Amino acid sequence: MERNQILDQTTAIFKDILDNETIVLNDTTTAEDVEDWDSLNHIQLVVAIEKHFKIRFTSMEIQSWKNVGEMIDSIKSKLPEA
Amino acid sequence: MKEFSELKRNLKKDFSKLKPVKVAILGDTATQFLTQALRGAGFDSGFDLQIWEADFNQIERQVFDSGSELYHFSPQIIIVFQSSHKLLGKYNKLKADQASFASKELNTIKAICDTLISANPKTKIIFYNYPEIDDAVFGNYANKIESSFLFQLRKLNFTLMEFALQAASFYICDIASVQNLIGKTNFFQPSVYINTEMVLSINVLPRIAYKTLDIINAIEGKFKKCVILDLDNTTWGGIIGDDGIENIQIGSLGIGKAFSEFQYWIRKLKNRGIIVAVCSKNTESIAKEPFEKHPDMVLKLADIAVFMANWETKVDNIRKIQSILNIGFDSIVFLDDNPFERNIVRENIPGICVPELPEDPAEYLEYLYTLNLFETISFSNEDTERTKQYQVEAQRVTLFEKFTNEDDFLKNLEMVSLVEPFNKFNTPRVAQLSQRSNQFNLRTVRYTDNEIEVLGASPDHFTFSFTLEDKLGDNGMICVIILQKEDGKTLFIDTWFMSCRVLKRGMENFVLNTIVNFASENGYRFLKGEYIPTSKNEMVKDHYQNLGFEKSGEYWIIDVLKYENKKSFINKK
Repeated sequence: MERNQILDQTTAIFKDILDNETIVLNDTTTAEDVEDWDSLNHIQLVVAIEKHFKIRFTSMEIQSWKNVGEMIDSIKSKLPEA
Repeated sequence: MKEFSELKRNLKKDFSKLKPVKVAILGDTATQFLTQALRGAGFDSGFDLQIWEADFNQIERQVFDSGSELYHFSPQIIIVFQSSHKLLGKYNKLKADQASFASKELNTIKAICDTLISANPKTKIIFYNYPEIDDAVFGNYANKIESSFLFQLRKLNFTLMEFALQAASFYICDIASVQNLIGKTNFFQPSVYINTEMVLSINVLPRIAYKTLDIINAIEGKFKKCVILDLDNTTWGGIIGDDGIENIQIGSLGIGKAFSEFQYWIRKLKNRGIIVAVCSKNTESIAKEPFEKHPDMVLKLADIAVFMANWETKVDNIRKIQSILNIGFDSIVFLDDNPFERNIVRENIPGICVPELPEDPAEYLEYLYTLNLFETISFSNEDTERTKQYQVEAQRVTLFEKFTNEDDFLKNLEMVSLVEPFNKFNTPRVAQLSQRSNQFNLRTVRYTDNEIEVLGASPDHFTFSFTLEDKLGDNGMICVIILQKEDGKTLFIDTWFMSCRVLKRGMENFVLNTIVNFASENGYRFLKGEYIPTSKNEMVKDHYQNLGFEKSGEYWIIDVLKYENKKSFINKK
């Protein structure tokens, strides 16, 4: 899957879980830029992403991303090569 | 079932018209998501759950400190959620005496429960039991080793049930059975636990919330009382009118097994006190034939309270059944294999529960198990007699149609009533009626067994229970009055509720005659009543007015000196 496809799908998940249609994500977006993206909702987002892409993150990965770009990299690394 | 994110979306909706219920959650792990899931699920059941969450791992401090925030909050319901993980953590730290771990834990739980109840006897405790963790230290052999964690955890779950037998306000929410259903890998997600200290996966949260709401609904008087069965391809395989009695599928062969097992389940429900009725598009005599003659039928006609087999619509027949039983549509479950019939019933009868039975009858039971339709918070011997009473009621309806004059009908019934104060024999039934009565209930104050016992012995209260029996059968106890001394002259009617199955028999007149005579014999001048509206008790809105009480502010007053006994065809037994 292309990186921008992953970003689009991840954005859709954010919109759904945080119930906010105005969310726009890019590689440099951090939790501080998005309303309601706190540590608890982060877990809900992670679980929704895992379910959507049928992947599993390790406990360490979940807390390691500094921005959305790193999160997307992490997702991409777990998906089968296109 | 809704997902967690959908339940969370409920939180933004308008709760202002919903019934408020104060709930405290005491957990030894993080419970923020559980709180959100519960409040969201509560919305769908019509509750504004006002939830106070203790900081985690503060259970004992909150319980044993009488000045804690918990007691300031004064919850109606307290959920205690001690996790299997923390239990394992405690066990891991033991240096010796592992074999007595469960009994020590149980003692702590008993102390928590006793303290909560003595602080407020009206509090209900919902206790989450322990989903299993097998630490695999002994393998299968753990079952033979008393000191193994698995042995101790299972023992604790079992002894909790034994404790619940006698702790009236202590209800176990069986989350262990949720894990059995969906599997531990779905129930618990290690990465979530490591990062948040939450032991419930996001996916399981709605299931736990609904399981808890089942108990809260039952505590608040919302539960199912009746199941209505379709016959062809629901109760047996095949179509009796076409296939004939020898060809319908039931018994130990093939798909017949599924229907037999379904019938055993229905019979167990009936024995538990759920009313079973039949609603089928069939010729009555043909529909009854298997019940009378088929050797493999588990259900017999004696198990069915109301039997409706004709060519009217199911909607009309269900309405007829409801009017005979006099219970709310929201306490009725309708089981039918036909999606078309299900939709018509669902669209025309608001509130009725119509499960989407799977296409394959082999899956009926497993599917129905997962719905947990028949939650309850009480069980008494009278429950098992209910079917007979409703059958008699159906006969009464037929008898009534023969009389043109209502008085003649009532006289003909030869009714007698036993009037008694609360005692140890009638206490469970009084408490149960107090939980079940929604429609004919003036103030809808719910009392538990314990509270009824206290009221029975109270010098400030006078209690009355009424039975009603007639020539067709015995309805058992059907009405309860609690009078509270307000001052030397006035008795306040704290409680007046009556079972709807004895409506229109003049019971209200008989009851009022009884309590007015009691008041005047004991030197009281006034009876004072109050009507507190709920979504269900509109039926008795004008109750006191109709009985001749006079309005005085928010209350209704009757002067016993001016009272003339009302017409009644009921005699004291």
